[in-house]
Amino acid sequence: MGDPALSRRGFLAASAAAGLGMTALTGCGGDSDGGSSDGTTTVEWWNISTTEPSKSVWAALAKKFEAANPKIKIKIVQLENDAYKSKMTALTASGKLPDIFHTWGGGVLKQQVDAGLVEDLTDRTKPWADGLLKVTKEPYIYDDKVYGIPFDMGMIGFWYNKKLFQQAGVSEPPTTWGGFLEAVSKLKAKNITPIALAGKEKWPGMYYWAYLAMRTAGIDALQKASEDKDFTGAGFVEAGRHLKQLVDLQPFQKGFLNAAYSTPTGQAAAVGNGKAAMELMGQWAPSVEADAGKGLGNDLGFFPFPAVEGGKGAITEVFGGGGGHALRRGAPQAAVEFLKFFASEATELELVKKTSILPVLPNAEKAMTDPNLKLVQAQLKAATGFQLYLDQAYAPAVGQEVNDSVAALIAGSKSPEQVAQSITQTAKEEQ
Amino acid sequence: MTSTFLADKRSGPGTDLPPPESVRARGRGRRRVLHWLTAVGFQLPALVLFIGMVLLPMLFALYAAFFRWGGFGMPSDYVGTDNFTDLFDNPIFLGDLWRCLVLVLLSLALQLPFALAMAVLLNQKLRGRAVYRMLFFAPYVLSEAITGVLFSMVFAPDDGLADHVLGAVGLDGLGGLWFADPSYVMATLFLVMTWKYFGFHMMLYLAGLQSIPRELTEAALIDGAGAWQRFRNVTLPLLAPTLRISVFLSVIGAIQLFDLVWVITQGGPDHHSETMAVTMFQYGFKRYQVGYASAISVVMFGICLVFALAYQRFVLRRDLEGATTTMRGDGK
Repeated sequence: MGDPALSRRGFLAASAAAGLGMTALTGCGGDSDGGSSDGTTTVEWWNISTTEPSKSVWAALAKKFEAANPKIKIKIVQLENDAYKSKMTALTASGKLPDIFHTWGGGVLKQQVDAGLVEDLTDRTKPWADGLLKVTKEPYIYDDKVYGIPFDMGMIGFWYNKKLFQQAGVSEPPTTWGGFLEAVSKLKAKNITPIALAGKEKWPGMYYWAYLAMRTAGIDALQKASEDKDFTGAGFVEAGRHLKQLVDLQPFQKGFLNAAYSTPTGQAAAVGNGKAAMELMGQWAPSVEADAGKGLGNDLGFFPFPAVEGGKGAITEVFGGGGGHALRRGAPQAAVEFLKFFASEATELELVKKTSILPVLPNAEKAMTDPNLKLVQAQLKAATGFQLYLDQAYAPAVGQEVNDSVAALIAGSKSPEQVAQSITQTAKEEQ
Repeated sequence: MTSTFLADKRSGPGTDLPPPESVRARGRGRRRVLHWLTAVGFQLPALVLFIGMVLLPMLFALYAAFFRWGGFGMPSDYVGTDNFTDLFDNPIFLGDLWRCLVLVLLSLALQLPFALAMAVLLNQKLRGRAVYRMLFFAPYVLSEAITGVLFSMVFAPDDGLADHVLGAVGLDGLGGLWFADPSYVMATLFLVMTWKYFGFHMMLYLAGLQSIPRELTEAALIDGAGAWQRFRNVTLPLLAPTLRISVFLSVIGAIQLFDLVWVITQGGPDHHSETMAVTMFQYGFKRYQVGYASAISVVMFGICLVFALAYQRFVLRRDLEGATTTMRGDGK
């Protein structure tokens, strides 16, 4: 009777594991406990600063805050960007979020707010949050209520290797899509990989389509398409066609379809090590390039996403978003204190100096030294329009479908029309 | 019920004269109550855990599969079997099923025979065979995540170890995009899976091989059987129960494959290495379509269940009936 017992147990375990897959994953939530007997409050702080120097600077800031507030303990939980998003989904489903958590605002935060999981900060942050730059606060406000406090702002643009551009004979960064494609061809002709792309992670690919849609259909169309659940307009299909033009030039590094973003063989490292001439990435790009690769130093340059000839959008309209923090509903006052500390001038100055963020406090701008970041900051302040990351601005299913179908377009399995249709279909299914 | 019956029969008076009917019934009744209490007492903690953490969540997933549900609050938007019909219209999910079948067939056709060959080899008298056994088993002990990260580096195009090694022996032409190539990603993945899991099956077979009495092989040798005949007619039949279990574990493992794929490719490029569990994760945790994801997990469960039951009924049945024990008894 030895065998049947074994097989039965194996069968039970196997079938249980299969059915459980879903629920078991949901089960692994974090638990945070508030106060303890000796009067100290432990505040859990979830962020995505997993790369240096941010990682240690943030930890040091937490220590500094603890030193100033002996009754408060900060427990830091750091997760890599993608892992963080997945984990937060699980936590949201379980109904309990960390005390302080990273947020990009937009549709994802709104869903958490609608589920009643996020603290309304309107009154609790009133006196000091007024001093922050207005544009940086917008992604966290719904119905005039504040649900998050920003600590940086930013935009997506091309980070390029000046030396490689020079080698290929591209003297000025392109300002039109036609000029951009030409620059790509020139780089290719010199056997330089024009663009690094993290195809495995999908969101970096979405940036191209989103920017192109902004340039062809215009920012208002992106907003309207989301409301009407219809992305089949000519502008969106055209955006896909422009992206297809680029893909057809085969501008990406070898094996980009399975490349990650911040790993030693990923997108940022390829640019940071001078193996690819540019990447379309946010304001954090220089620090990740230096962390995952060697970094380019003075050879690194920035130019905004080019305008598309005949499109409705302008080159001054920016796509991006900042980082912010939100609190779970019922978070202790200590968490609000920490937000205040994190948005203070001293903290902002330190973040600007050491981690090259773009400040949300006007006063912290004077600490900026990097010419590229100054350029980005100037772009942002002069922006004539702003669009939040699509995978954050839209409901999660729609945002993911954008990422997924654009990835399919880049991999060559979906046509521009099919991309527009897939996104529309998902948007319609989502209430 | 059968086991109690058997146990009673075995522990009963047997060939002795049975005691008077009334005495026997009373004694047996009390003993049965005691039996039950003991069983319940021992099983209660495990039972509570099993019901609370396995059974109820499973039933809830089954319930949620009939709703359009984002994971917040309780499911309320009943959609009938829509999730399931959508699922079988979804090219990604149909692809998952196909890839699952391919993995199962590849495992059965290549991985397990390879494991068997290694087991037979390492069952011989060989210098340092303990070292080999340990080496081959080591990958199985490694966590899936570490294996994934490791092989992402090994198969990184151009910079990876695989391409360097191929280049060093003059086979640069064989190097490629590996995981980044939609046409080769499954083959590369299968290579990693084989590396990771063949040691486990090899160990199972080794254990099975060692329980085969040496006399049988010797007898066959005396009868003039060649190496292949000895393997085919003596070793293989006696190893059959182990083989059947190993096939079972391998198939169930292929159906549930997740962590390795997630770490290495996240199902890409362009869904070409996606498995059912990965699709479930994408919908449940990236798109907040928990109802839909539950439907996927229900289908996965169904497939496992049907396979497991059919396998028990038709394949493992011989083991259950003690066919092999009879054979072993004959041998002695």
